[in-house]
Amino acid sequence: MIRLERRPAPSRTWTYLAPLLAVLATMIAGAIMFALLGKDPVLAIRTIFWDPIFSAQFGAYSRPQLLIKAGPLILIAIGLSLGFRAGIWNIGAEGQYIMGALAGASVALAVYPMELPVLLPLMVIAGALGGWAWAMIPGVLRTMFNTNEILVSLLLVYVAEQILSAAAVGFLRNPEGGGFPGSRNLQSYASAHNAEIIAGSGLHWGVVAAFISVIAAYVLLQRHILGFHIKLAGEAPRAAKLAGVVPARLVLFCLGVSGALAGMAGLFEVAGPAGKISIDFGAGYGFTAIIVAFLGRLHPAGILLAGLLMALTYIGGELAQLMLGLPAAAIQAFQGMLLFFLLAFDVFGHYRLRIATGRTA
Amino acid sequence: MTSTDELLAIDGVTKAYPGVVANSDVSFRIRKGEVHALLGENGAGKSTLVKTIYGLVRPDAGTMTLDGQPYAPADPSAARQAGVAMVFQHFSLFDALSVAENIALGMETPPKRRVLARRIREVSEAYGLPLAPGRRVGDLSAGERQRVEIVRCLLQNPRLLIMDEPTSVLTPQEVEILFRTLRQLSAEGTAILYISHKLDEIRTLCDGATILRHGKVVGDCVPRETSARDMAEMMVAAKLDMPVKTPAAPGPEVLAVNALSLPAQGQFGTALKEIGFTVAAGEILGIGGVAGNGQDELFAVLSGETRTEPDTVTFEGAPVGRLGPHERRALGLLSAPEERLGHAAAPEMSLADNALMTAARRMGLAPGGWIDRRGVRAYAEKVIAAFDVRTPGPQTAAGALSGGNLQKFVVGREVMQDPRLLIVNQPTWGVDAAAAAHIRKALIRLAEQGAALIVISQDLDELMEISDRITAICDGRMVRPRPAAGLGMNDLGLMLGGRDPEEEAAA
Repeated sequence: MIRLERRPAPSRTWTYLAPLLAVLATMIAGAIMFALLGKDPVLAIRTIFWDPIFSAQFGAYSRPQLLIKAGPLILIAIGLSLGFRAGIWNIGAEGQYIMGALAGASVALAVYPMELPVLLPLMVIAGALGGWAWAMIPGVLRTMFNTNEILVSLLLVYVAEQILSAAAVGFLRNPEGGGFPGSRNLQSYASAHNAEIIAGSGLHWGVVAAFISVIAAYVLLQRHILGFHIKLAGEAPRAAKLAGVVPARLVLFCLGVSGALAGMAGLFEVAGPAGKISIDFGAGYGFTAIIVAFLGRLHPAGILLAGLLMALTYIGGELAQLMLGLPAAAIQAFQGMLLFFLLAFDVFGHYRLRIATGRTA
Repeated sequence: MTSTDELLAIDGVTKAYPGVVANSDVSFRIRKGEVHALLGENGAGKSTLVKTIYGLVRPDAGTMTLDGQPYAPADPSAARQAGVAMVFQHFSLFDALSVAENIALGMETPPKRRVLARRIREVSEAYGLPLAPGRRVGDLSAGERQRVEIVRCLLQNPRLLIMDEPTSVLTPQEVEILFRTLRQLSAEGTAILYISHKLDEIRTLCDGATILRHGKVVGDCVPRETSARDMAEMMVAAKLDMPVKTPAAPGPEVLAVNALSLPAQGQFGTALKEIGFTVAAGEILGIGGVAGNGQDELFAVLSGETRTEPDTVTFEGAPVGRLGPHERRALGLLSAPEERLGHAAAPEMSLADNALMTAARRMGLAPGGWIDRRGVRAYAEKVIAAFDVRTPGPQTAAGALSGGNLQKFVVGREVMQDPRLLIVNQPTWGVDAAAAAHIRKALIRLAEQGAALIVISQDLDELMEISDRITAICDGRMVRPRPAAGLGMNDLGLMLGGRDPEEEAAA
């Protein structure tokens, strides 16, 4: 008989081991899935994990993509992780990401074609405010009416997507675009362009912001009383109240920060790699960042690594679709497995597996 | 002791859990009709042992004999069929169902409802446990709920009745009724295995006692002929240093609560009604009461977790009703709640972090919001040393400590911040005798240094031991505080029931 036995204290080893095992198990289960789809499993795994960086043929294109994809994931996940630590569940980063992009792009398009040196910083602020404001809706509703922030933030994603479509075909549409949906391309608007800092590296200001956010979150959580209160609220809400934490303030802070970071991520994307507001601007970063946050153990350094890994599976997945004709759904299932296995292996952090023979007294 | 006289024999029972041996080679005997006490500190292995007898735990080794027959119950149902019944410390009753329905649920083959109602009435009358079969359990008091459990057991005509801490929720008057019932049962030949850490009760009730320590039998005694202190010392294997409170001349008023009324929070909350009292410097005010009568609500108002009108709570003359726990701490108003895990401490966080939790402000552990890690560690180490907290060090998770050690840490964390007023809810609940004595002594010393203390406790002996004045809370109302000196158990019982002994005497 197999049974689980609660550990006296959560295992530290497993905390670090679980993500590695989850990646390994995902590779194995993914390989089986790809084999069942009639593809060469070893080749598929290699295409996803190896080729994007080391392939002579594709590396030049996909290496910079690594930072481009990882940047927004990390930036959003860092913000989400603060709330998740405190037991505040912002599931709507995707919506905040879109609203940040819309707010930031609107600033640029409003002054187009004036060249202003402070335009990009202004757009960043507008983007952060846009995401912040969108996250404040579930925040205020929760603190005032005790609504569930999971539902409200999630549903607001769909509202944001509707606004995005409206913007792309309506108020932000490129007047010189021949009636096609989509805004002007900010890449060709020098003041507004979030260009690569080092050409060909993929390193744009959003990636820099992501790295800064990692360091800031680490310092906040390790050294500042506010970070301590965030952790305390997640571990023991009543104890946090006794320590003087005002739950409503914490909700607003965590949702606000995660919304602002998601909004900034959206702005950096629209002003950089994406270039313009289009109907399909929302690429799911806001949702994938949830996986990144958990895969990274809600720890800033972990999120940095998890963001890079997740970005790799994105690029590798695209490559696999292109080269091996794997369906997009299979790649998504593959990425989903990662979270699934992580949660499964996490059980062993808290429980020990006992294989006992049936014993009679 | 003749073999015909013997009801239950336990021989060499051993049970190990990962990392701890709960019972090690435990042997003792219970005669028919004997009231036998099982004594020991928390974690001594009492619960595991009775669970073994009741079929909830299977021993790794050892045998049991019931009335001459080998006895190895596979589950509680087998134990009940063999004539062993148990009343748990925490009741397993459904609030929404009637007394009769609850009793029927616990029986192997419940009779028809009308027959059952009649039997309940018969049994409850025969044993002096008044109980109406049709009443909803949700409306019953703790004492009445316990009666439901006892009657449920008695209906099955047990030969051995196990009672786990039965008096912890009862008023002294209810304890009297319970004891009468138990004596009657014993006279009729039912043996009773009685678990309690209240030594005075054991001395009045029990015929024999077995004392456990660290899972082993370390002795037995005849409680009537042994002093409570001797028994306590056998339990902890050490000389107990009992605290002594010398009454102090009351200093200036530190805290006043004025006409505090608060509606009940949620379905199971208690409304506070017109509570008013004061505490002076150097004084310990004891607040007694059966659990769930508004203690937690009152604590939250005092700690600042629940806010009130400014003037409802005044601290050294200033209104503080609106202030939160953090602001009150800055003024010197500190608190230690009852529930250790999750309220007083965060179980998965280190002791150092738990020290930071409430000491950040007064001990200057986070100047400007930046945590002084070294200072936090030093403060935690100071508390650990001063309160003799047994732990590898400040990096240990709070949840890994035993209840007594964590409680010492929680109380120590507040005491060492040099409070002007300290409110403690159930300071020694579930704590072993040695740790309890340590905590009480620290509280008394704090009062002697001029701090005001409010101690909320269900343990009347504790209140009598440390308080200068005693009051009680009943259904959200508080009786007038009275000097502890000269207060008898009977007076206390009246106060727990919400009545004023002086008015009762005058009436």
